Amino acid sequence: MNNDTLLRAEDLVLYFKTRRGLVQAVDHVSFELHKNKAVVILGESGCGKTSMAKAILRLLPRNVGEYRGKILLNGQDVMQLSDEEYRTQIRWVKISMVPQAAMNALNPVIRVGEQVAEPAIIHLKKSKEEALEMAREMFQNVGVPVDFLTRYPFELSGGMRQRVAIAMALITKPDLIVLDEPTSALDLLTQANIMNVLKTIKWETGTSYILITHDIATSSELADEVAVMYAGQIIEVNNAESFFAEPLHPYSQKLMASVPKLYGDEEPDFIPGRPPSLLNPPTGCRFADRCHLRFDKCDEEPPTFIVGGHPVKCWLYEQEASQVIPPVSAGEVS
Amino acid sequence: MSVATQPQSVSTQSQDDILVSVQNLHVWFELKKWGFSHVGWVRAVDNVSFDLKRGEAIAIVGESGCGKSSLMKTLLLLNRPHKGRILFEGKDISNLKGKELKAFRSQIGFVQQDPYGALPPFMPVHRILDEPLVINGVTNKKEREERIRAALAEVALTPVDDFLNKYPHMLSGGQQQRVVIARAMILEPKLLVADEPVSMLDASVRVEILRLLRKLQEQHNLSVMYITHDLSTVRFFSERIFVMYAGKLVEQTHIEELLNNPLHPYAKALLTGTSVPDAANAKHLKEVPPGEPPSLVNPPSGCRFHPRCEHFMAGKCEVDEPPYFEPVPGHLVQCWLYEDGRTSYPEPPK
Repeated sequence: MNNDTLLRAEDLVLYFKTRRGLVQAVDHVSFELHKNKAVVILGESGCGKTSMAKAILRLLPRNVGEYRGKILLNGQDVMQLSDEEYRTQIRWVKISMVPQAAMNALNPVIRVGEQVAEPAIIHLKKSKEEALEMAREMFQNVGVPVDFLTRYPFELSGGMRQRVAIAMALITKPDLIVLDEPTSALDLLTQANIMNVLKTIKWETGTSYILITHDIATSSELADEVAVMYAGQIIEVNNAESFFAEPLHPYSQKLMASVPKLYGDEEPDFIPGRPPSLLNPPTGCRFADRCHLRFDKCDEEPPTFIVGGHPVKCWLYEQEASQVIPPVSAGEVS
Repeated sequence: MSVATQPQSVSTQSQDDILVSVQNLHVWFELKKWGFSHVGWVRAVDNVSFDLKRGEAIAIVGESGCGKSSLMKTLLLLNRPHKGRILFEGKDISNLKGKELKAFRSQIGFVQQDPYGALPPFMPVHRILDEPLVINGVTNKKEREERIRAALAEVALTPVDDFLNKYPHMLSGGQQQRVVIARAMILEPKLLVADEPVSMLDASVRVEILRLLRKLQEQHNLSVMYITHDLSTVRFFSERIFVMYAGKLVEQTHIEELLNNPLHPYAKALLTGTSVPDAANAKHLKEVPPGEPPSLVNPPSGCRFHPRCEHFMAGKCEVDEPPYFEPVPGHLVQCWLYEDGRTSYPEPPK
């Protein structure tokens, strides 16, 4: 691990207990994020991407079955911290989050300025006046007029509320912001605006992002690296240039082909079938049933092959791989 | 240069061919204070006219709050027009009541945006599809059964028996949307109104649903009104596209023409704002017009886009409302830029 690495997840596991058994929402996920970079976690609904964000931020529901693995933040294993230590030292101090549908995540009866100031009061021990002053500065950074400080959430448009939520995540100047579908509920031009805000913040403050999304086209606005998630596992990690030009895993290829293009004659395609249930995922490759390149080997779980420096979980790359990381046996699941 | 004084639609053909004709439609909602005193109007749809031919698919593109849903709901007569007329097969439908209204509605299928919200959670698929038939007086049980099976087979929910007794929550998003489409199609409508039918679905199934809609349109010679904010899916099956901004149809043309030669500054911004997957996007900022769509209670004077426009001409745009110009045959645009015969979008001023 070099000095440039901000966050590294190793074999992160988050299972949920349900009446019908363990849901393997995040299944031995590993990835790395460098300073001032953005990694996009791309996947369809139900593939475990939001659960992964929750695992990183330790925002867990009550029915957690298993939660283990390593999360190294600046070299410190934050999984060793107690919940209280995590709350005071990490969450919102070093890692903050813009939750999904953040525009509806605001408290309707508190003025937005006070809501944005709150993390500074609690985590940075600022006085209310200082915190409000910081909130004012944050509002300018994200492009919300400062006289909106005293307004209530319902007086703001969706795009403005989303900006307020981003301001709230920024106020403690965290090293990392986890963005969970930050633009999916917004209109096209508002989306483009928010992406511009996020880009500017990244260039100016040197913060890093984990962007969780299912929208490939929008994700390319921010991505330095792309990690593709399918059925609880990361199946490919690639840098943005080579991913958007030439994805490796058959699922990534199909996903790219399913994006309708504005120009050109290329007809978009779809992926038949649906993702497997995470209650009892198949033992082999999880994408095998929907894959057009399936062969005998796919009944066995593929290890992670390193192809040209990029991990990909697919048997097709067995020959080219420079390194092989064996899969963690699924047999461990009790 | 030609000015189309009477706002009319592109390539109008003989009257028999036209299924729906919207003429100077205004959908205004009254704002009241204390429940009775009038304080103003929300001008959701303001003087909109177009024709929709049999078997033709049109797309209406615009952001939320531009009035596209109000327009759609008025076509379904969920709202009544404030002014103007809607002709369906040549008959004015604006004031239909009772039995006639029911008969009219059975000729329009509606595909909602959120399939899960649109399906009653306590009804199995069979009953969901049965209900429109019962309401519209198909009394023969055997016939109903056959039509339900045919509708499910048509949207490729096969084997049909597997789905008949399932509840919506047991289906995936794509399958739920297929049930919604089957329900819209079961009365064999002449017009299908689809309100963002794929925006809630995963990328991998979107195309599947769009293809299904296109297949249905071709096989049944359906007219389709496709409402969306996503320009990249429009090309998929509609021939004409209307761009809506703040209650007005600011541009009407064929889809390829719009993609290659957008004329209205708003349409241009929408095209620039649409991302295509490309790693280079992360390197620079997108050009986006400043501000947000205006309130429809008190819209800007003159051209409603003028406060955000990069080509704003003082003394003109904020004073007079632009009529439709037709700089290119079949391409109507409400923008003063084209008054002097310009035929393509000008470079932005420095």
